[in-house]
Amino acid sequence: MEIPRHWRLRQQRYGLIGELCPHCDTKIFPPRDICPACGHEAKTSFAFSGRGEVFSFTTIYEAPTGFEETAPYTVALVKLEEGPMVTAQLTDLGDDKPEIGMPVEMITRRLHSDGDERGMLIYGYKFRPSMKAV
Amino acid sequence: MTENKALLKPSRPVGIIGYGAYVPRYRLPANEVARIWVGGRVSGLPIKEKAVPGLDEDVVTMSLEAVRNALKRARIDPAEIRAVWIGSESHPYAVKPTSTIVAEAIGATPHIQAADMEFACKAGTEAMVMAMGLVGSGMARYAVAAGLDTAQGKPGDALEYTAAAGGAAFVIGPAEESLATLNAAYSYVTDTPDFWRREYQHYPEHGNRFTGEPAYFKHSTAAGKIMLEELGTKPSDYTWAIFHQPNAKFPQRVASLLGFTPEQIKPGLLSPVIGNTYAGAAIIGLTATLDVAKPGDRILMVSFGSGAGSDAFDITVTDKLLERRDKALKTQDYIARRTEIDYAMYARMRGKIAMK
Amino acid sequence: MTEIIIAGIGQTSVGEHWNISLRSLALQAIQIAIQDSGGLKPQALYVGNMLAANISRQAHLGALLADFAGLTGIEAETVEAGGASGGAALRQGYLAIASGLVDVVLVVGAEKFTDVIGPDLEVALATTIDADYESIHGMTLTTQAALLAQRYMHENHIPVDGLAGFPLTAHANGAGNKNAMYRKAITLDDYLKADTVSDPLNLYDVAPNADGAAALMLTRRELLPKDFPHPIVRLAASTIASDTLSLAERNDLLWFAAAQASVEQAFQKASITREQVDLFEYYDAFSIFAAMSLEAAGFGPRGQGWKLAGDGSIARSGQLPCATQGGLKARGNPGGATGIYQAVEAVDQLRGQAGVNQIYGARTALIQCLGGPGSIAVTHILESIE
Repeated sequence: MEIPRHWRLRQQRYGLIGELCPHCDTKIFPPRDICPACGHEAKTSFAFSGRGEVFSFTTIYEAPTGFEETAPYTVALVKLEEGPMVTAQLTDLGDDKPEIGMPVEMITRRLHSDGDERGMLIYGYKFRPSMKAV
Repeated sequence: MTENKALLKPSRPVGIIGYGAYVPRYRLPANEVARIWVGGRVSGLPIKEKAVPGLDEDVVTMSLEAVRNALKRARIDPAEIRAVWIGSESHPYAVKPTSTIVAEAIGATPHIQAADMEFACKAGTEAMVMAMGLVGSGMARYAVAAGLDTAQGKPGDALEYTAAAGGAAFVIGPAEESLATLNAAYSYVTDTPDFWRREYQHYPEHGNRFTGEPAYFKHSTAAGKIMLEELGTKPSDYTWAIFHQPNAKFPQRVASLLGFTPEQIKPGLLSPVIGNTYAGAAIIGLTATLDVAKPGDRILMVSFGSGAGSDAFDITVTDKLLERRDKALKTQDYIARRTEIDYAMYARMRGKIAMK
Repeated sequence: MTEIIIAGIGQTSVGEHWNISLRSLALQAIQIAIQDSGGLKPQALYVGNMLAANISRQAHLGALLADFAGLTGIEAETVEAGGASGGAALRQGYLAIASGLVDVVLVVGAEKFTDVIGPDLEVALATTIDADYESIHGMTLTTQAALLAQRYMHENHIPVDGLAGFPLTAHANGAGNKNAMYRKAITLDDYLKADTVSDPLNLYDVAPNADGAAALMLTRRELLPKDFPHPIVRLAASTIASDTLSLAERNDLLWFAAAQASVEQAFQKASITREQVDLFEYYDAFSIFAAMSLEAAGFGPRGQGWKLAGDGSIARSGQLPCATQGGLKARGNPGGATGIYQAVEAVDQLRGQAGVNQIYGARTALIQCLGGPGSIAVTHILESIE
């Protein structure tokens, strides 16, 4: 069990909280404290909208230990509206086929359980096809 | 013993600042349950289909989405929230609150009250009454109350047709900021063993044939009747009414017992297409009703929870509803998003296949 | 500057060695390499290993293997750089000799993957990707490669069999390598019928994780025994470069920047041009990696590397023979040993002792191994002299 590792990341994981560079306005995810664009310190916290599109995707049939419960599942690189690329699962696909360019939105889901059924539940961001009003 | 039927009225007026619903994507048709357990006999099925949560969903993730929808409509700074109360009978942890996770995720921590409620199907409305009290006393400006479940029925049991997932959340605040005012509440509670689930048990039990008359109908009608009497209102004063909906039939019957028309309960009657969402059942009827209501509409909502009790609410829609309604997905948007599954997939998704 | 010579080579067969331990496997390769060098005595041991601490519950391989090989007392340590661990260990050997502080170095790459299988191996392999931002989402090494392939095929309008030439070439060459895990050629039909592993990659796009050990003896030219029995092969360049660990943080997803940088530096260091390369042992852990490595090394335009597999360019008779002993795909991918296998195979080619897989007249070999999707790239150039 890795309680501290997951606990210290909870806020960015629950809500896609990254950073904003006060020098060049670059939006940063994951947070890395130094702006990758201009090299200056960037520690201002920034909540991403969670909107983006699928840049690439694949479905995993042979899941690593700890992820068998939800296999097969789809992992994607999602290009966020604000710029950064994020690695996350696509969920709630139903019968929809994922495709490059598909608009997606962030939601918070169970990533997996830390250890067996006695372990802590790890929650974090995933993306689903953007829902539209009917 | 004197009877104190006085309604619960806050010392300062309160109301709903924002509301949000959530229904998961998957649907299990009732005739699919019938196919497996009663040889496909489909006469008298309690509903058409029920909502089933995805493999990565639980009351934490569902509550979070409903609360986020409520916040989109409320448009307040989450740091101003002073309580997050979540009612459910299927919290993912036996010990460790759902509410703290949700509160952290929406940015409401750390200056808050947080707790999980349990009162079978009325845990969500119990949270609403508590929020009315906290805000109505002036102790807090905003409080979040939610009720959601991922309820399970024993395989083959009558409840398996209906036990569903979904629910709703509300931001409660001062009446002057409200899209609907909560004028009064009233609760009617007795010790009635109609339905329970013991600790460590996966599936609930029904007590004798208590489900209907001594439990659901007695408490729902009493709470509704007393509310009307104390307010001096009659069914025709209400544009809409919502009752707890464990199936399609019960809420229609209680509506007619109290004198409400099928038209009045129509927008909130969702159990035929999403099933019984337990702690979310009455209140998701309210979100669906708010989605279509007009300013000035009056709404009566009566929940019911086994064990047993009912909470009744008298609600009036304000003109702020119109400017906030479209700020988040509506209840029917979630209902329209639908992927049908068969019983085998349902058995996998709900952990009914023995893995060890 | 002093010439650094690969004086001895050794390898075990690659496969599922359930009955051989990590230390015994390494010892076999070490003994062959020392003997091949004419009995040179190593003063330092660099071990290339990727996952022993995880899979075999065994870290501290320097002390373990030095002791087991009867070399107790010498300098010994492990070098880890994910899938590039072998190449990185060779680089340490190169640096040690080049510094003048060490005369004879033993480099061994050893990996024992098959003590665990399936989900447990996937999770172990996934420790080499970003734990907080990739593997927590259920991502694996294969997932990374599949994400690259999906986008690469999309942007470059590649047909479903566009990458098939890589495994076809590898298997054709593996057939002639007695140490290869798979010694059977495959057909395009086999490729097209294979099960999907992680779309768009199928079973033949993914190299098998296997057990194996390979070893090299390095020294300076002037220290070679008088009666040194082999044509002399020198390490003309050794370079290493890094890129982001996580795929999502790349500025340009479809470009192996570290691979490009390390190859360019290597060409410069060896004072050769791309055209002088007689064979290229690329890192085809996944067929998409082979395509992108060819592009990064400048052998094909961006987005067109896959065409070299289809048109015969990378076959033994082609312009640029690649994976000449089966590559990772057919020889097998024994993690931290892979980079050393590449060197051993290149030395075989440059000495003219590659048997049926011999590339005639080969004088210059380019070898490259990658950690993850080019998060680390280690490039070496080997040349035969005289």
